[in-house]
Amino acid sequence: MTAIPLPYGDDPDTKGFWDAAREKRLVVQRCKACGHCQFPPHPFCARCARDETEWVDASGRGQVWSFGIAHGPTLPGFQDLVPYPMIVVELDDHPSIRMVGSLVAAPDAPINSVPASAIRIGLPVDVTFTAVSDDITLPRWMPRASESLTP
Amino acid sequence: MNDTISLKDRTAIVGIGETAFGKAMAQSEEQLACMAIKAALDDAGISPSEVDGLCSLNMENVFQHDIARDLGMKEVTYYAQMPAGGHGGCGTVGHAAMAIATGQAKVVVGWRSRKRSGRASRVWAQLEQRIQGSRDTWLRPWGIIRPVDEVGVMYTRYMHEFGATRDHLANVALAFRSHANRNPNAFMHAKPMSREDYFAARWISEPLCLFDCCLETDGAIAFVVTAAKRARDCRSRPVYIHAAAQGFDGGSAILANYFTADPMRSQAATCAKSLWRQSDIRASDIKVAQFYDAFTPEVFFTLEGYGFCGRGEGAAFTEDGGIALGGRLPVNTGGGSLSEVYLHGFNMISEGVKQMRGSSTGQVDNADCCFVSSSDLGPTCAVVLRN
Repeated sequence: MTAIPLPYGDDPDTKGFWDAAREKRLVVQRCKACGHCQFPPHPFCARCARDETEWVDASGRGQVWSFGIAHGPTLPGFQDLVPYPMIVVELDDHPSIRMVGSLVAAPDAPINSVPASAIRIGLPVDVTFTAVSDDITLPRWMPRASESLTP
Repeated sequence: MNDTISLKDRTAIVGIGETAFGKAMAQSEEQLACMAIKAALDDAGISPSEVDGLCSLNMENVFQHDIARDLGMKEVTYYAQMPAGGHGGCGTVGHAAMAIATGQAKVVVGWRSRKRSGRASRVWAQLEQRIQGSRDTWLRPWGIIRPVDEVGVMYTRYMHEFGATRDHLANVALAFRSHANRNPNAFMHAKPMSREDYFAARWISEPLCLFDCCLETDGAIAFVVTAAKRARDCRSRPVYIHAAAQGFDGGSAILANYFTADPMRSQAATCAKSLWRQSDIRASDIKVAQFYDAFTPEVFFTLEGYGFCGRGEGAAFTEDGGIALGGRLPVNTGGGSLSEVYLHGFNMISEGVKQMRGSSTGQVDNADCCFVSSSDLGPTCAVVLRN
Protein backbone atom coordinates (compact mmCIF):
# COMPACT_ATOMS: atom_id res chain seq x y z
CA MET A 1 0.00 0.00 0.00
CA THR A 2 1.32 3.41 -0.92
CA ALA A 3 2.09 5.59 2.05
CA ILE A 4 -0.26 8.54 2.12
CA PRO A 5 -0.75 10.92 5.03
CA LEU A 6 -3.59 9.69 7.23
CA PRO A 7 -5.50 11.18 10.14
CA TYR A 8 -5.50 9.81 13.64
CA GLY A 9 -8.62 7.68 14.01
CA ASP A 10 -8.87 8.15 17.77
CA ASP A 11 -9.03 11.92 18.04
CA PRO A 12 -11.99 12.66 20.32
CA ASP A 13 -13.43 15.30 17.99
CA THR A 14 -13.35 13.16 14.86
CA LYS A 15 -13.36 9.54 16.03
CA GLY A 16 -17.07 9.15 15.22
CA PHE A 17 -16.45 9.99 11.57
CA TRP A 18 -13.70 7.41 11.17
CA ASP A 19 -15.59 4.76 13.16
CA ALA A 20 -18.54 5.21 10.80
CA ALA A 21 -16.31 5.17 7.71
CA ARG A 22 -14.94 1.77 8.76
CA GLU A 23 -18.57 0.62 8.73
CA LYS A 24 -18.99 2.18 5.28
CA ARG A 25 -21.24 4.93 6.55
CA LEU A 26 -20.80 8.60 5.75
CA VAL A 27 -21.74 10.76 8.74
CA VAL A 28 -21.92 14.41 9.60
CA GLN A 29 -21.98 16.02 13.00
CA ARG A 30 -25.33 17.31 14.32
CA CYS A 31 -25.94 19.55 17.31
CA LYS A 32 -28.26 17.87 19.78
CA ALA A 33 -29.51 21.24 20.96
CA CYS A 34 -30.31 23.09 17.75
CA GLY A 35 -30.05 20.45 15.03
CA HIS A 36 -27.35 22.30 13.08
CA CYS A 37 -25.23 19.95 10.95
CA GLN A 38 -21.58 20.76 10.36
CA PHE A 39 -18.47 19.48 8.65
CA PRO A 40 -15.56 19.32 9.32
CA PRO A 41 -16.49 18.20 12.83
CA HIS A 42 -15.40 20.24 15.81
CA PRO A 43 -16.10 20.28 19.53
CA PHE A 44 -18.83 22.95 19.63
CA CYS A 45 -21.83 23.75 17.47
CA ALA A 46 -20.90 26.66 15.21
CA ARG A 47 -24.47 27.96 15.35
CA CYS A 48 -25.41 27.83 19.05
CA ALA A 49 -22.02 27.21 20.73
CA ARG A 50 -23.23 24.21 22.71
CA ASP A 51 -20.99 21.19 22.97
CA GLU A 52 -23.35 18.23 22.71
CA THR A 53 -23.20 16.76 19.24
CA GLU A 54 -24.04 13.45 17.63
CA TRP A 55 -23.25 11.70 14.37
CA VAL A 56 -25.99 11.24 11.80
CA ASP A 57 -25.88 9.34 8.54
CA ALA A 58 -25.71 11.29 5.30
CA SER A 59 -27.09 9.85 2.07
CA GLY A 60 -23.66 9.62 0.45
CA ARG A 61 -24.97 11.31 -2.67
CA GLY A 62 -23.58 14.57 -3.90
CA GLN A 63 -22.20 16.51 -6.78
CA VAL A 64 -18.80 17.87 -7.68
CA TRP A 65 -18.57 21.46 -6.40
CA SER A 66 -15.06 21.96 -7.78
CA PHE A 67 -12.00 19.99 -8.76
CA GLY A 68 -8.39 20.19 -9.84
CA ILE A 69 -5.80 17.88 -11.31
CA ALA A 70 -2.61 17.45 -9.28
CA HIS A 71 0.65 17.11 -11.17
CA GLY A 72 4.02 16.65 -9.50
CA PRO A 73 6.17 17.22 -7.68
CA THR A 74 4.21 16.12 -4.67
CA LEU A 75 4.51 13.75 -1.72
CA PRO A 76 6.06 10.36 -2.49
CA GLY A 77 2.79 8.62 -1.62
CA PHE A 78 1.04 10.52 -4.40
CA GLN A 79 3.84 11.09 -6.89
CA ASP A 80 3.35 7.73 -8.58
CA LEU A 81 -0.32 8.56 -9.20
CA VAL A 82 0.00 11.99 -10.85
CA PRO A 83 -1.86 13.37 -12.61
CA TYR A 84 -4.84 12.59 -10.40
CA PRO A 85 -8.06 14.52 -9.73
CA MET A 86 -8.91 16.20 -6.44
CA ILE A 87 -12.57 16.99 -5.91
CA VAL A 88 -14.80 18.87 -3.51
CA VAL A 89 -18.26 17.33 -3.13
CA GLU A 90 -21.40 19.14 -2.05
CA LEU A 91 -23.81 16.74 -0.33
CA ASP A 92 -27.30 16.43 -1.80
CA ASP A 93 -28.97 16.12 1.59
CA HIS A 94 -26.79 18.80 3.26
CA PRO A 95 -26.26 21.48 0.62
CA SER A 96 -24.21 23.59 3.03
CA ILE A 97 -21.74 20.76 3.62
CA ARG A 98 -18.78 20.11 1.34
CA MET A 99 -16.15 17.40 1.66
CA VAL A 100 -12.81 17.01 -0.06
CA GLY A 101 -12.49 13.69 -1.81
CA SER A 102 -11.01 11.52 -4.49
CA LEU A 103 -12.89 10.47 -7.60
CA VAL A 104 -12.54 6.80 -8.54
CA ALA A 105 -13.99 4.69 -11.34
CA ALA A 106 -14.88 1.78 -9.06
CA PRO A 107 -14.62 0.83 -5.38
CA ASP A 108 -10.93 0.39 -4.49
CA ALA A 109 -9.84 1.73 -7.91
CA PRO A 110 -6.78 4.05 -7.76
CA ILE A 111 -7.32 7.79 -7.42
CA ASN A 112 -6.18 8.36 -10.99
CA SER A 113 -8.74 5.99 -12.49
CA VAL A 114 -11.14 8.68 -13.76
CA PRO A 115 -9.79 10.79 -16.64
CA ALA A 116 -9.78 14.54 -16.17
CA SER A 117 -11.90 14.94 -19.28
CA ALA A 118 -14.77 13.12 -17.56
CA ILE A 119 -14.92 15.51 -14.61
CA ARG A 120 -17.09 18.59 -14.49
CA ILE A 121 -18.64 20.80 -11.85
CA GLY A 122 -22.07 19.40 -11.09
CA LEU A 123 -21.12 15.79 -11.85
CA PRO A 124 -23.32 13.56 -9.64
CA VAL A 125 -21.28 11.26 -7.42
CA ASP A 126 -21.93 8.51 -4.87
CA VAL A 127 -19.75 7.68 -1.90
CA THR A 128 -17.67 4.53 -1.71
CA PHE A 129 -15.20 3.43 0.94
CA THR A 130 -11.62 2.20 0.75
CA ALA A 131 -9.67 0.82 3.70
CA VAL A 132 -6.21 2.38 3.54
CA SER A 133 -4.83 1.17 6.88
CA ASP A 134 -5.93 -0.99 9.81
CA ASP A 135 -7.72 1.89 11.44
CA ILE A 136 -8.56 4.30 8.60
CA THR A 137 -11.12 3.84 5.86
CA LEU A 138 -11.44 6.79 3.50
CA PRO A 139 -14.70 7.85 1.90
CA ARG A 140 -14.15 8.29 -1.84
CA TRP A 141 -16.54 9.12 -4.63
CA MET A 142 -17.59 7.48 -7.87
CA PRO A 143 -19.42 9.07 -10.78
CA ARG A 144 -23.06 8.02 -10.42
CA ALA A 145 -23.76 4.85 -12.40
CA SER A 146 -26.21 6.68 -14.65
CA GLU A 147 -23.42 9.08 -15.70
CA SER A 148 -21.26 8.23 -18.65
CA LEU A 149 -17.52 8.53 -17.98
CA THR A 150 -16.90 10.00 -21.39
CA PRO A 151 -17.42 13.72 -21.74
CA MET B 1 -10.38 61.08 27.33
CA ASN B 2 -10.97 58.73 24.44
CA ASP B 3 -10.00 55.17 25.28
CA THR B 4 -8.70 54.41 21.80
CA ILE B 5 -6.13 56.08 19.62
CA SER B 6 -5.95 56.16 15.87
CA LEU B 7 -2.83 54.86 14.17
CA LYS B 8 -3.34 57.34 11.37
CA ASP B 9 0.00 58.79 10.26
CA ARG B 10 1.44 58.54 13.79
CA THR B 11 4.28 56.33 12.63
CA ALA B 12 6.39 55.94 9.53
CA ILE B 13 8.60 53.45 7.78
CA VAL B 14 11.96 55.20 7.75
CA GLY B 15 14.22 52.47 6.44
CA ILE B 16 14.14 49.44 4.19
CA GLY B 17 16.85 46.91 3.53
CA GLU B 18 17.07 44.12 1.00
CA THR B 19 19.71 41.53 0.28
CA ALA B 20 20.33 40.23 -3.20
CA PHE B 21 17.81 37.54 -4.16
CA GLY B 22 18.86 34.19 -5.56
CA LYS B 23 18.96 30.45 -5.23
CA ALA B 24 21.28 28.43 -3.01
CA MET B 25 22.84 31.60 -1.61
CA ALA B 26 25.99 31.14 0.44
CA GLN B 27 24.82 33.07 3.50
CA SER B 28 22.79 31.58 6.33
CA GLU B 29 19.27 32.80 7.03
CA GLU B 30 20.63 34.51 10.15
CA GLN B 31 23.29 36.28 8.14
CA LEU B 32 20.77 37.36 5.50
CA ALA B 33 18.46 38.69 8.21
CA CYS B 34 21.25 40.72 9.78
CA MET B 35 22.30 42.08 6.39
CA ALA B 36 18.78 43.26 5.58
CA ILE B 37 18.16 44.73 9.03
CA LYS B 38 21.50 46.54 9.10
CA ALA B 39 20.82 47.93 5.63
CA ALA B 40 17.37 49.13 6.73
CA LEU B 41 18.83 50.82 9.82
CA ASP B 42 21.56 52.44 7.73
CA ASP B 43 18.87 53.63 5.33
CA ALA B 44 17.13 55.27 8.28
CA GLY B 45 20.31 56.54 9.91
CA ILE B 46 19.48 54.75 13.15
CA SER B 47 21.93 52.68 15.22
CA PRO B 48 21.02 49.07 16.03
CA SER B 49 21.50 49.93 19.70
CA GLU B 50 18.40 52.12 19.50
CA VAL B 51 16.13 49.31 18.32
CA ASP B 52 13.72 48.26 21.05
CA GLY B 53 11.06 46.42 19.06
CA LEU B 54 11.17 43.35 16.80
CA CYS B 55 8.37 41.92 14.65
CA SER B 56 8.45 38.85 12.44
CA LEU B 57 6.39 35.90 11.23
CA ASN B 58 6.03 32.85 13.42
CA MET B 59 7.50 30.87 10.51
CA GLU B 60 10.71 32.88 10.86
CA ASN B 61 13.68 30.68 11.66
CA VAL B 62 15.88 33.51 12.94
CA PHE B 63 14.87 34.24 16.51
CA GLN B 64 14.54 37.77 17.82
CA HIS B 65 17.15 36.97 20.46
CA ASP B 66 19.70 36.11 17.81
CA ILE B 67 18.96 39.32 15.92
CA ALA B 68 19.31 41.41 19.08
CA ARG B 69 22.58 39.72 20.00
CA ASP B 70 24.07 39.73 16.52
CA LEU B 71 23.44 43.42 15.92
CA GLY B 72 24.15 44.69 19.44
CA MET B 73 20.66 45.75 20.42
CA LYS B 74 20.36 46.67 24.10
CA GLU B 75 16.89 46.56 25.63
CA VAL B 76 13.98 45.15 23.62
CA THR B 77 10.60 46.12 25.04
CA TYR B 78 8.23 44.92 22.31
CA TYR B 79 8.28 41.78 20.20
CA ALA B 80 5.53 40.03 18.30
CA GLN B 81 5.01 37.41 15.65
CA MET B 82 2.26 37.02 13.10
CA PRO B 83 0.86 33.57 12.30
CA ALA B 84 0.12 31.95 8.95
CA GLY B 85 3.17 32.74 6.84
CA GLY B 86 2.37 34.97 3.91
CA HIS B 87 -0.95 35.91 5.46
CA GLY B 88 0.89 37.92 8.11
CA GLY B 89 3.48 40.21 6.50
CA CYS B 90 1.55 43.48 6.74
CA GLY B 91 0.61 42.54 10.28
CA THR B 92 4.22 43.05 11.31
CA VAL B 93 3.91 46.64 10.05
CA GLY B 94 0.68 47.02 12.00
CA HIS B 95 2.27 45.63 15.16
CA ALA B 96 5.19 48.00 14.78
CA ALA B 97 2.85 50.97 14.34
CA MET B 98 0.74 49.95 17.34
CA ALA B 99 3.81 49.38 19.53
CA ILE B 100 5.14 52.84 18.80
CA ALA B 101 1.80 54.62 18.96
CA THR B 102 1.12 53.10 22.39
CA GLY B 103 4.58 53.75 23.79
CA GLN B 104 5.76 50.16 23.95
CA ALA B 105 8.80 50.87 21.81
CA LYS B 106 10.49 53.70 19.92
CA VAL B 107 12.21 51.96 17.00
CA VAL B 108 10.75 48.71 15.68
CA VAL B 109 12.31 46.45 13.07
CA GLY B 110 10.36 43.92 11.02
CA TRP B 111 12.04 41.34 8.84
CA ARG B 112 11.74 38.15 6.87
CA SER B 113 14.69 35.97 5.98
CA ARG B 114 14.36 32.75 4.11
CA LYS B 115 16.31 30.24 2.11
CA ARG B 116 13.50 28.83 0.06
CA SER B 117 15.60 26.76 -2.29
CA GLY B 118 15.72 23.26 -0.93
CA ARG B 119 13.20 20.75 0.26
CA ALA B 120 13.60 21.70 3.90
CA SER B 121 11.69 24.93 3.39
CA ARG B 122 8.67 23.33 1.71
CA VAL B 123 6.11 23.03 4.45
CA TRP B 124 4.00 20.52 2.56
CA ALA B 125 6.97 18.20 2.11
CA GLN B 126 7.30 17.91 5.91
CA LEU B 127 3.87 16.29 6.23
CA GLU B 128 3.97 13.44 8.71
CA GLN B 129 2.58 10.00 8.02
CA ARG B 130 -0.10 10.77 10.61
CA ILE B 131 -1.63 14.17 10.19
CA GLN B 132 -1.48 16.75 12.96
CA GLY B 133 -4.13 19.41 13.06
CA SER B 134 -7.78 19.52 12.20
CA ARG B 135 -7.39 21.38 8.92
CA ASP B 136 -4.98 19.00 7.20
CA THR B 137 -7.14 16.05 8.29
CA TRP B 138 -9.88 17.02 5.86
CA LEU B 139 -7.62 17.72 2.85
CA ARG B 140 -4.44 15.66 2.77
CA PRO B 141 -5.71 12.04 2.76
CA TRP B 142 -7.39 12.75 -0.58
CA GLY B 143 -4.32 14.23 -2.22
CA ILE B 144 -4.80 17.96 -1.72
CA ILE B 145 -1.26 18.26 -0.43
CA ARG B 146 0.30 21.54 -1.53
CA PRO B 147 -0.94 25.12 -1.29
CA VAL B 148 -1.08 25.12 -5.09
CA ASP B 149 -3.55 22.22 -4.96
CA GLU B 150 -5.82 24.14 -2.60
CA VAL B 151 -5.77 27.30 -4.67
CA GLY B 152 -6.16 25.46 -7.96
CA VAL B 153 -9.35 23.75 -6.81
CA MET B 154 -10.66 27.10 -5.60
CA TYR B 155 -9.91 28.73 -8.96
CA THR B 156 -11.77 26.05 -10.91
CA ARG B 157 -14.86 27.06 -8.98
CA TYR B 158 -14.10 30.77 -9.47
CA MET B 159 -13.91 30.24 -13.23
CA HIS B 160 -17.23 28.40 -13.12
CA GLU B 161 -19.04 31.06 -11.13
CA PHE B 162 -17.63 34.18 -12.74
CA GLY B 163 -16.63 33.22 -16.27
CA ALA B 164 -12.92 33.72 -15.66
CA THR B 165 -10.32 31.88 -17.75
CA ARG B 166 -6.64 31.00 -17.77
CA ASP B 167 -6.10 34.10 -19.89
CA HIS B 168 -6.87 36.12 -16.78
CA LEU B 169 -4.21 34.23 -14.87
CA ALA B 170 -1.79 34.97 -17.67
CA ASN B 171 -2.66 38.67 -17.38
CA VAL B 172 -1.39 38.59 -13.81
CA ALA B 173 1.77 36.60 -14.52
CA LEU B 174 2.69 38.73 -17.54
CA ALA B 175 2.05 42.07 -15.82
CA PHE B 176 4.28 41.20 -12.87
CA ARG B 177 6.97 39.75 -15.09
CA SER B 178 7.07 42.94 -17.13
CA HIS B 179 7.55 44.87 -13.88
CA ALA B 180 10.37 42.55 -12.84
CA ASN B 181 12.06 43.12 -16.18
CA ARG B 182 12.52 46.77 -15.11
CA ASN B 183 13.85 45.86 -11.64
CA PRO B 184 17.53 44.86 -11.60
CA ASN B 185 17.22 43.16 -8.20
CA ALA B 186 14.30 40.99 -9.35
CA PHE B 187 15.11 37.32 -9.74
CA MET B 188 13.41 37.28 -13.16
CA HIS B 189 14.85 40.63 -14.26
CA ALA B 190 16.54 39.24 -17.37
CA LYS B 191 13.77 36.85 -18.37
CA PRO B 192 10.92 38.35 -20.41
CA MET B 193 7.80 36.23 -20.72
CA SER B 194 5.26 36.08 -23.54
CA ARG B 195 1.70 34.81 -23.45
CA GLU B 196 2.93 31.83 -25.48
CA ASP B 197 5.55 31.14 -22.83
CA TYR B 198 2.83 31.18 -20.19
CA PHE B 199 0.63 28.68 -21.99
CA ALA B 200 3.60 26.43 -22.79
CA ALA B 201 4.50 26.01 -19.11
CA ARG B 202 4.02 22.67 -17.39
CA TRP B 203 1.10 22.03 -15.11
CA ILE B 204 1.66 22.09 -11.37
CA SER B 205 -1.93 21.66 -10.30
CA GLU B 206 -4.55 22.23 -12.99
CA PRO B 207 -5.82 24.83 -13.63
CA LEU B 208 -2.52 26.34 -12.37
CA CYS B 209 0.75 26.05 -14.28
CA LEU B 210 4.32 26.86 -13.30
CA PHE B 211 3.94 30.59 -13.98
CA ASP B 212 0.91 30.82 -11.72
CA CYS B 213 3.20 29.97 -8.82
CA CYS B 214 5.59 32.20 -6.91
CA LEU B 215 9.35 31.85 -7.10
CA GLU B 216 11.40 29.70 -4.79
CA THR B 217 14.17 32.06 -3.80
CA ASP B 218 16.55 33.03 -1.01
CA GLY B 219 16.94 36.45 0.53
CA ALA B 220 15.88 38.80 3.28
CA ILE B 221 14.00 42.08 3.59
CA ALA B 222 13.65 44.35 6.61
CA PHE B 223 11.96 47.62 7.49
CA VAL B 224 12.27 50.14 10.31
CA VAL B 225 9.34 51.99 11.89
CA THR B 226 9.47 54.94 14.25
CA ALA B 227 7.25 57.78 15.39
CA ALA B 228 6.28 60.37 12.80
CA LYS B 229 7.94 63.16 14.78
CA ARG B 230 11.28 61.41 14.78
CA ALA B 231 10.81 60.17 11.23
CA ARG B 232 11.19 63.67 9.85
CA ASP B 233 14.79 63.75 11.13
CA CYS B 234 15.77 60.39 9.66
CA ARG B 235 18.13 60.00 6.74
CA SER B 236 15.49 58.82 4.23
CA ARG B 237 12.14 60.28 3.32
CA PRO B 238 9.52 58.95 5.76
CA VAL B 239 6.64 56.89 4.46
CA TYR B 240 3.70 57.24 6.80
CA ILE B 241 1.61 54.28 7.95
CA HIS B 242 -1.81 55.75 7.37
CA ALA B 243 -3.88 52.70 8.29
CA ALA B 244 -3.25 49.08 9.25
CA ALA B 245 -5.69 46.22 9.71
CA GLN B 246 -5.99 42.48 9.84
CA GLY B 247 -8.92 40.08 9.75
CA PHE B 248 -10.42 36.68 9.17
CA ASP B 249 -13.91 35.22 9.20
CA GLY B 250 -15.27 32.71 11.67
CA GLY B 251 -15.32 29.28 10.07
CA SER B 252 -12.40 30.13 7.83
CA ALA B 253 -9.02 28.46 7.66
CA ILE B 254 -5.42 29.29 6.99
CA LEU B 255 -5.70 29.00 3.20
CA ALA B 256 -8.39 28.02 0.73
CA ASN B 257 -11.45 26.90 2.61
CA TYR B 258 -14.18 25.00 0.78
CA PHE B 259 -16.24 24.48 3.90
CA THR B 260 -17.69 27.95 4.56
CA ALA B 261 -21.11 29.05 3.39
CA ASP B 262 -19.55 31.27 0.73
CA PRO B 263 -16.02 30.23 -0.24
CA MET B 264 -15.88 32.87 -2.98
CA ARG B 265 -16.08 35.61 -0.37
CA SER B 266 -12.60 36.90 0.25
CA GLN B 267 -11.77 37.26 3.92
CA ALA B 268 -10.09 40.44 2.85
CA ALA B 269 -13.60 41.87 2.98
CA THR B 270 -13.40 41.61 6.78
CA CYS B 271 -9.95 43.16 6.93
CA ALA B 272 -11.09 45.82 4.46
CA LYS B 273 -13.90 47.03 6.71
CA SER B 274 -11.40 47.72 9.48
CA LEU B 275 -8.83 49.21 7.13
CA TRP B 276 -11.09 51.64 5.29
CA ARG B 277 -12.83 52.64 8.54
CA GLN B 278 -9.45 53.84 9.79
CA SER B 279 -8.37 55.45 6.56
CA ASP B 280 -9.05 58.87 5.06
CA ILE B 281 -7.84 57.38 1.77
CA ARG B 282 -10.43 55.30 -0.08
CA ALA B 283 -9.93 52.34 -2.37
CA SER B 284 -10.84 54.60 -5.27
CA ASP B 285 -7.97 56.97 -4.31
CA ILE B 286 -5.31 54.28 -4.57
CA LYS B 287 -3.05 54.73 -7.62
CA VAL B 288 -0.62 51.88 -6.96
CA ALA B 289 -0.90 48.66 -4.97
CA GLN B 290 1.17 45.71 -3.82
CA PHE B 291 -0.76 42.45 -3.48
CA TYR B 292 0.40 39.11 -2.18
CA ASP B 293 0.75 36.80 -5.15
CA ALA B 294 1.97 33.38 -4.14
CA PHE B 295 -0.51 32.19 -6.78
CA THR B 296 -2.07 34.29 -9.54
CA PRO B 297 -5.74 33.77 -8.51
CA GLU B 298 -5.12 35.44 -5.16
CA VAL B 299 -4.92 38.77 -6.97
CA PHE B 300 -8.58 38.52 -8.05
CA PHE B 301 -9.76 37.81 -4.52
CA THR B 302 -7.73 40.74 -3.20
CA LEU B 303 -9.07 43.14 -5.84
CA GLU B 304 -12.60 42.15 -4.87
CA GLY B 305 -12.09 41.88 -1.11
CA TYR B 306 -10.71 45.39 -0.68
CA GLY B 307 -13.26 46.95 -2.98
CA PHE B 308 -11.11 47.77 -6.00
CA CYS B 309 -13.85 46.06 -8.01
CA GLY B 310 -17.04 44.11 -7.34
CA ARG B 311 -17.47 40.44 -6.48
CA GLY B 312 -16.51 38.23 -9.39
CA GLU B 313 -14.99 41.16 -11.30
CA GLY B 314 -11.38 40.63 -10.25
CA ALA B 315 -10.39 38.60 -13.28
CA ALA B 316 -11.92 41.06 -15.73
CA PHE B 317 -10.16 43.91 -13.90
CA THR B 318 -6.86 42.55 -15.23
CA GLU B 319 -7.93 42.80 -18.87
CA ASP B 320 -6.31 45.39 -21.15
CA GLY B 321 -3.31 45.77 -18.87
CA GLY B 322 -5.49 46.70 -15.90
CA ILE B 323 -2.88 45.84 -13.26
CA ALA B 324 0.25 46.57 -15.34
CA LEU B 325 2.13 49.87 -15.28
CA GLY B 326 -0.02 52.42 -17.08
CA GLY B 327 -3.19 50.48 -16.25
CA ARG B 328 -6.14 51.24 -13.99
CA LEU B 329 -4.28 50.09 -10.89
CA PRO B 330 -0.62 49.08 -11.31
CA VAL B 331 0.02 46.15 -8.96
CA ASN B 332 3.31 44.64 -7.79
CA THR B 333 5.43 47.22 -9.53
CA GLY B 334 8.67 45.48 -8.51
CA GLY B 335 7.64 42.09 -9.90
CA GLY B 336 5.93 40.56 -6.87
CA SER B 337 6.30 37.06 -5.50
CA LEU B 338 5.84 35.71 -9.00
CA SER B 339 8.83 37.46 -10.54
CA GLU B 340 10.84 39.52 -8.03
CA VAL B 341 11.33 37.34 -4.95
CA TYR B 342 9.26 35.11 -2.71
CA LEU B 343 9.74 36.28 0.86
CA HIS B 344 6.23 35.85 2.21
CA GLY B 345 5.24 39.22 0.85
CA PHE B 346 7.85 41.42 2.51
CA ASN B 347 8.85 42.69 -0.93
CA MET B 348 5.33 44.12 -1.18
CA ILE B 349 6.16 46.25 1.87
CA SER B 350 9.55 47.42 0.58
CA GLU B 351 8.16 48.11 -2.89
CA GLY B 352 5.35 50.15 -1.36
CA VAL B 353 7.95 52.25 0.44
CA LYS B 354 9.93 52.74 -2.78
CA GLN B 355 6.80 53.94 -4.57
CA MET B 356 6.19 56.51 -1.84
CA ARG B 357 9.79 57.68 -2.05
CA GLY B 358 9.60 57.92 -5.82
CA SER B 359 12.44 55.43 -6.20
CA SER B 360 10.71 52.37 -7.65
CA THR B 361 11.97 50.91 -10.90
CA GLY B 362 8.29 50.80 -11.84
CA GLN B 363 7.48 54.23 -10.47
CA VAL B 364 3.88 55.38 -10.80
CA ASP B 365 3.78 59.12 -11.45
CA ASN B 366 2.28 61.25 -8.71
CA ALA B 367 1.53 58.26 -6.49
CA ASP B 368 0.90 59.77 -3.06
CA CYS B 369 -0.47 56.64 -1.41
CA CYS B 370 0.06 52.91 -1.79
CA PHE B 371 -2.05 49.97 -0.71
CA VAL B 372 -0.16 46.87 0.48
CA SER B 373 -1.75 43.56 1.45
CA SER B 374 -0.75 40.10 2.56
CA SER B 375 -2.01 36.74 1.39
CA ASP B 376 -5.69 36.43 0.65
CA LEU B 377 -7.72 33.19 0.80
CA GLY B 378 -7.23 33.01 4.53
CA PRO B 379 -6.54 35.40 7.38
CA THR B 380 -5.13 38.55 5.90
CA CYS B 381 -3.81 42.00 6.68
CA ALA B 382 -3.11 45.23 4.88
CA VAL B 383 -1.68 48.71 5.25
CA VAL B 384 -2.18 52.02 3.51
CA LEU B 385 1.06 53.94 3.11
CA ARG B 386 1.35 57.61 2.16
CA ASN B 387 4.12 60.08 1.61
